[in-house]
Amino acid sequence: MNLLKLKDISKIYGSVKALQNIDLQVSQGEWLAIMGPSGSGKTTMMNIIGCMDKPSNGSVVLDGMNIAKESAKSLTNIRRDKIGLIFQQFHLINYLTALENVMVAQYYHSMPDEKEALQALERVGLGDRAKHLPSQLSGGEQQRVCIARALINYPMLILADEPTGNLDETNEKIVLDIFKQLHQDGSTIIVVTHDPEVAEEAQRTVVLEHGRISRIVRNEK
Amino acid sequence: MFWRMVKGALFRQKGKMLMIAFTIALGASLATAMLNVMLDVGDKVNQELKTYGANINVMPKGASLLDDLYGVAEGSGVSDQYLKESELGNIKTIFWAFNIVDFTPYLDTKVKLNSQDGEVKLIGTWFQHHLDLPTGESLDTGMKNMKSWWDVSGQWLTDQDEASAMVGSLIAGRNDLQVGDTIEIEVGGQTKKLTVKSIFNAGSDEDEQIYVPLQIAQELTGRAGQISRVEVSALTTPDNELSRRAAQNIKSLSIKEYEIWYCTAYVSSICYQIEEVITDSVAKPIRQVAESEGAILEKTQLLMLLITILSLVGSALGISNLVTASVMERSREIGLLKAVGAHNSPISWLVLTEILVTAVVGGVVGYFAGLGFAQLIGHSVFGSAIEIKPLVIPLVAVLVALVTLAGSIPSIRLLLSLRPAEVLHGR
Repeated sequence: MNLLKLKDISKIYGSVKALQNIDLQVSQGEWLAIMGPSGSGKTTMMNIIGCMDKPSNGSVVLDGMNIAKESAKSLTNIRRDKIGLIFQQFHLINYLTALENVMVAQYYHSMPDEKEALQALERVGLGDRAKHLPSQLSGGEQQRVCIARALINYPMLILADEPTGNLDETNEKIVLDIFKQLHQDGSTIIVVTHDPEVAEEAQRTVVLEHGRISRIVRNEK
Repeated sequence: MFWRMVKGALFRQKGKMLMIAFTIALGASLATAMLNVMLDVGDKVNQELKTYGANINVMPKGASLLDDLYGVAEGSGVSDQYLKESELGNIKTIFWAFNIVDFTPYLDTKVKLNSQDGEVKLIGTWFQHHLDLPTGESLDTGMKNMKSWWDVSGQWLTDQDEASAMVGSLIAGRNDLQVGDTIEIEVGGQTKKLTVKSIFNAGSDEDEQIYVPLQIAQELTGRAGQISRVEVSALTTPDNELSRRAAQNIKSLSIKEYEIWYCTAYVSSICYQIEEVITDSVAKPIRQVAESEGAILEKTQLLMLLITILSLVGSALGISNLVTASVMERSREIGLLKAVGAHNSPISWLVLTEILVTAVVGGVVGYFAGLGFAQLIGHSVFGSAIEIKPLVIPLVAVLVALVTLAGSIPSIRLLLSLRPAEVLHGR
């Protein structure tokens, strides 16, 4: 069953065609990687799938709803209820503790629950770092807080933009292990990455070039 | 969670928030100082102006009529009507008694000096007279307070000096008189020797006059308990259309207008109230002085108001810049909140609450600092403390709230326009 269906998607900024005629389907529980050189349209595609931008043309159907036609307010609700976002730069709020950063996502979704937020941190191995500020955490730990925040509301789609881009090898492995676990638990994951090793962990890799899908590779692992 | 976020923003971003609180405190302190000074400046300036003499002249009805018709009012022989010295204390019993700063009576007469042919004017007055009022209070009043600008060589007379006089500088010059000399005056066949206790320079007609205690003049003229006129120095409210109408014809006022006029310290209403307590008297404002005082007061208050407005506008601009800069710095954080599902209104409330809490802290600090500034202004400009007006507290609170909200509008607009994709991914 398709969770996400992109049909003939284009995104044009002035004279720049960031995405052209993209067709893509993502099944529920699938792990998909999007690769491509800088300027190939990876981030644009992630923004459209993540309801942070709208396509100039085409339709994006997420969980049976064409999000290309929705208002900004409705897109915010969809983002809140259905999508978990993980960023390369982590984007943690620097004056809130790790625990509070996770609870922020709960607060804007429904009700903050400190116990549940702590469990989410324990799930990514940070139960003992819950009261630390982002400035007191390593890059890998910050990324794990970011993952805990993305997971706290049980999203149907996890979108990760270069999740290991700022991490060393050890932390990269920790993060990928978390993704593997999520995948085994049935989560649908889309990872945008430059790193072929990260992409190889996914079931399929979509390669973008000049805003078009140049090839789709099914990984053997 | 909302308050945890507010608390986190306030306590973990102390530097930024302190800067905003400091700007608000600066604006609030200026507003507090200026408003307190502005509300008290009327009394202060009035008090200052009182050192330049009287603004009300009280004379007998007959003398007033002669003054109106022929421009002569002073001196015995011009009018045979006199006021009663015993009624002078009543001046401090009128509705606006507290606005009566000083008053002094005069009894004028013409005397021959040192058997010369010409006559000079001799005036009996109070110099620093202690008066027990019918209300049980007491008062020290007289010329020494009213003519504080006189340049006096020698010593001021006291009311107990029975054989001394203060001589005007022009008379002293013409007669080659020095302090300590003796003069002989003659009036109605009586002669009296007086010691020149001081020579004064008033820069006016008064330099042609000799001043003695009121009791001496009354003895010389045989008019015990009588006075020719009274000069009154009163704190007044600047005239307006109502007071001018009342001065022209009091009967033209409606009952309500009359009450407003009577209960306002217009020079005309104070004159009216003096006439009520001094038998057969006419009290007239010395227009030139009264109007100049009003004009100076109005201009001073306008100046203070403009400074207050400008300081608040400056404060609003400062807050606006700081808050906008703060929101721009936090654009990624706000983009993140939007990305995890926050709508515009909760984010606006969050930022506004942070700013308003900061404003309350800044406003309270600014208020107390402003009280200090007001006292500094009071002591350096007027040489006395500025009265703290409770009215200023709600005024400053409303002003700080308005200025903070107005200053936050640009940042809120910026915040609403932020798109998460732009601030998180630079697109």
